[in-house]
Amino acid sequence: MRKRKAVTLFSGIFLSLLVLLAGCSGSGENTSGSGDGKTIEFMHLWPEGSSKQHHKIVSEIIEDFENENPGVKVDLEVLSNEQYKDKLKVLSTSNQLPDVGMTWAAGFLEPYVNGEKFATLDDLLEGDLKDSFVSGTAEAYAMNDNTYGLPLELNIATVFYNKAIFDQYGLEAPTTYDEFKNIITTLNENGVAPIALGNKDRWTGSLWYMYMADRIGGGDVLTSAIDRSGSFEDPALVTAAEEIQNLVDMDAFVRGFNGLSDEEAKSMFMGEQAAMYLMGSWDLPNYTTNEDVPQEFRDSIGYFSFPTVDGNGDLNSHVGGPGVGLFVAEDSDVKEEAKKFVSFFIQQWGEKAVTGAGVIPATKVDADSLDLPDMYIDVLNDLSEASNITLFADVQMSAGVAQVHLDLIQSLFGKGVTPDDFAKEHEDALSKE
Amino acid sequence: MNKVMSNKWIIALYVLPALLLIGILIFIPLILTGYYGLMKWDGIGSMEFIGLQNYVTALQDKKFWDSALHSFLLAVFSTLSLIIYLAISLILASKIKGADLLRKIYLIPMLLSSVAIAQLWVKIYNPSNGMLNSLLMAIGVENPPAWLAEPSLVLYAIFIPILWQYAGFYILIYYAALKNIPESIIEAAKIDGASPIQIAYKIKLPLIMGVVKVTIVLAVVGSLKYFDLIYVMTGGGPNGASEVMASYMYKLAFSTNNFGYGSAIGFLLLIITLIVTLIIRKATATKEEIQY
Repeated sequence: MRKRKAVTLFSGIFLSLLVLLAGCSGSGENTSGSGDGKTIEFMHLWPEGSSKQHHKIVSEIIEDFENENPGVKVDLEVLSNEQYKDKLKVLSTSNQLPDVGMTWAAGFLEPYVNGEKFATLDDLLEGDLKDSFVSGTAEAYAMNDNTYGLPLELNIATVFYNKAIFDQYGLEAPTTYDEFKNIITTLNENGVAPIALGNKDRWTGSLWYMYMADRIGGGDVLTSAIDRSGSFEDPALVTAAEEIQNLVDMDAFVRGFNGLSDEEAKSMFMGEQAAMYLMGSWDLPNYTTNEDVPQEFRDSIGYFSFPTVDGNGDLNSHVGGPGVGLFVAEDSDVKEEAKKFVSFFIQQWGEKAVTGAGVIPATKVDADSLDLPDMYIDVLNDLSEASNITLFADVQMSAGVAQVHLDLIQSLFGKGVTPDDFAKEHEDALSKE
Repeated sequence: MNKVMSNKWIIALYVLPALLLIGILIFIPLILTGYYGLMKWDGIGSMEFIGLQNYVTALQDKKFWDSALHSFLLAVFSTLSLIIYLAISLILASKIKGADLLRKIYLIPMLLSSVAIAQLWVKIYNPSNGMLNSLLMAIGVENPPAWLAEPSLVLYAIFIPILWQYAGFYILIYYAALKNIPESIIEAAKIDGASPIQIAYKIKLPLIMGVVKVTIVLAVVGSLKYFDLIYVMTGGGPNGASEVMASYMYKLAFSTNNFGYGSAIGFLLLIITLIVTLIIRKATATKEEIQY
């Protein structure tokens, strides 16, 4: 009997130690490879389940890279968007960033650059990748005259519309704001919700406000308010806010838009319950190549540029910007190889991404030589003719101000704040930085 | 066995593993949170010590107090809803037909994950296609509200699924407590001519008072730190109308990169919860427990 007790006792201690050890292991692992082989740790955010095509292209590029560079191995870790952001933050706090990973531009990048976590990639921009980016894209990853990330995607926001619904009521894609308002009135009279908007996510409403500001005050009024060369109390920015509330008063947006997520709004548009939907060009596959969407619906979708307002504004000026980009960690043990991988990745990505995954790459692609759906060619042409691309406001701003902006957008649409206060609170938040 | 247990070292040895785990996983992070609250820190770069400034800012932050008010409202509603749960349990515990099945039905929401419940109710509340508004329109309501988009309604619209989610849990606790009351006491009361309501109010309720007190603490503390349904259903919006303390803390720390301030809010949340728990314990303390 006594012997059994001793056994229980010791196994108890042993088990608890084991649990403790299991909890602690993994933190002390060496990140570089052993021997002459080198390992690049690479983290991306396109899981096989939700982004199959992206995932496949990345795997192909990695395989090609490993074949071309014997002795170098790429160790992959994949997480979906939100988990990716959280994990990146935790890893950077404990100085364990992967050698290569994905980042977003401007505001997201800022704390990592200030914390000296990312390596500068200017040597790549001057060397291998010289002149390969669409102008304005790599610049969004620059801080203090250095570039810390290289973009993979470029998107502009456009108004998608349902041609079938428009035809039914004798409507045409508008070029002026009066025509646009006329469309809204006509649709409302016929009981069709004009615009699908999921403003629970708030950046969706921000797109509307940004376009309004762009058309009323010109391409740089918002940018200069954010970079402090101008003021957010600029009359154009206040008028833009007023116009947004006018649209709300006209019932331009679906009912309860402030409580709907973007996904819900999209499903209303895709279910032909709403006629228009302002969204980034990352949504193009849904209206062109995505086999899960009925062909008939895909054929009935067109897009137009946000109309001019009272004769002001330039139809070639867009709201948009680069999506994710690649970074190399400052503390990486295999920095040389990591940079080489980034360069290789970006060179391979462009054409593969647009044909394989429907991504509009940030690198220049010769659209004529590729077999692409018409809507892609149109968007690519728009991009090459763009007079200005204003980076998404919440990306331009630092994280703190971006939250203020997004909250105020929701209040503005919900009429919880007056246009003047809307501008003033932005100004306060921006000047406090 | 007695010999083993009388040895203080052995006791310590048995207690130690669990204590270590709790210490590492709960108490050290707690202290660290309070410590981070003293810093100006974006969660990535270097920290800067700023003393109590974050706590002072929090106490003057209108948004924080708004969110605290919302949390307290939730606590009040959760506590009041305990009465309904108690009534349901009293009915279930008396011998009625189908009580077994009903008990299981009440328990089902508890088996669902919060995110699934949130998705379910987001669909129910959908302003144009949702079940609730379709129903309201069918019975002739012209313009049913957009539940999750109205700042004046959203908070209460979210309370309903939260209360629904936990109903099964409290009903189960009350049910078990009521089933523990010896049948002989009830029999005696019946013989003395007590009505069912008198039995419930004068006999059953006092006997399970200890359990009721525990559930009040659970409901209040659970409400004060409540996060998940609100985060999924509205993210605290619109215009911060459904923001609670925990969602505000999360937003500050993870969305605005203001880790120091977020930690300070988190620590304040802990202090507020502790104080409220103490008050409840004091308020419900009785000199003697009623025994069977």
